[in-house]
Amino acid sequence: MTDVTNAQSYEHDPQLGDYYALLKPRVMLLVVFTAVVGMLAAPVAINPIVGFASILFLAIGAGASGALNMWWDADIDAVMKRTAKRPIPAGKITAQSALYLGCALAGMSVMMLSLSANLLAGFILAFTIFFYVVPYSMWLKRSTPQNIVIGGAAGAFPPVIGWIIATGDIWVLEPWLMFALIFMWTPPHFWALALFMRNDYDDAKVPMLTVTHGRRVTRNHILGYTVLLLILAVGTAFTAIGGWVYLTTALVLNALFLKGAYDIWRRDEEMSEADNFAVERKFFRLSLWYLFAHFGAILIEAGLKPLGMGGW
Amino acid sequence: MSFKSEHELHGRRKGLNIGVGLMLGSFVLLIMLLTFTKITSPEFAIPASEAKGVGAQISVGSGD
Repeated sequence: MTDVTNAQSYEHDPQLGDYYALLKPRVMLLVVFTAVVGMLAAPVAINPIVGFASILFLAIGAGASGALNMWWDADIDAVMKRTAKRPIPAGKITAQSALYLGCALAGMSVMMLSLSANLLAGFILAFTIFFYVVPYSMWLKRSTPQNIVIGGAAGAFPPVIGWIIATGDIWVLEPWLMFALIFMWTPPHFWALALFMRNDYDDAKVPMLTVTHGRRVTRNHILGYTVLLLILAVGTAFTAIGGWVYLTTALVLNALFLKGAYDIWRRDEEMSEADNFAVERKFFRLSLWYLFAHFGAILIEAGLKPLGMGGW
Repeated sequence: MSFKSEHELHGRRKGLNIGVGLMLGSFVLLIMLLTFTKITSPEFAIPASEAKGVGAQISVGSGD
């Protein structure tokens, strides 16, 4: 009876959708997409059922790290406009429930991925969840402006895990090129966001580069990272996962991305405020297409190879 | 209070319960499919230690 009475005191019971939101579905989508590309770009064919199950368990692992991140960051999520509607700050799910769900899904996903694919894939997934939750969420995010540079590594592991699911091998260049692509892409992507969501990180006292070093320095960093990313992205075209489709995609997207970064660099705050950060917003949207197009091109190259057309 | 009348709480939680039930059912189905796929794969081999056990059982059985 006590349980029922307590349960009645909740104004809104959490629904399935609230738990789903706790797993950061948009991040999960990116994880699934890049992992599928990593798996299919590998030179070893995988049984479709084993591949599907492995990617599903990887996605659940990514969701688990999202739930644990929301559990830890509930206080700052409540302060920032962008995250205030997340299930915990919105009062739909308790932080404790998020912690339990995150731990349960993390354990289950690592165990199941180890069984469906191989132990190495399970180990790297466990490391990725740990890296995202402990070094990034608990430590770096609130202590250094390099938070997203180092933390970006957690988001860069999925194509490596996808490759390991298919091959069981980690000591080859190609998965690490895909890793580097996401790793180098993350800082300009998030710094552009920080430029136009400017009060959020200030209010939450998260030491983003915009807060600690100023917005001019952030603009410089965006341009610097974009140049490095360009070299890496175009260089990848000449490896085993590249080809004409990838090279064409990389040249077009990197030219657009570089122009966007240059436009951000040459503006000051006055210009940005005049058009409500239109250029920064456009660059952020382009960054999403940028990553999707590069991995899509790698996927097309992999799909063309059996037809004797992909690659060089 | 009649046993037939559903508590309002159960109505509110119905969607969540059905969703969790469907997910658990799908999970069981997936594990079944995965197991079937793995044991019918040409690469599948019983681990040496287990295989020895199987062999021993057979020899005991055939000895009888």
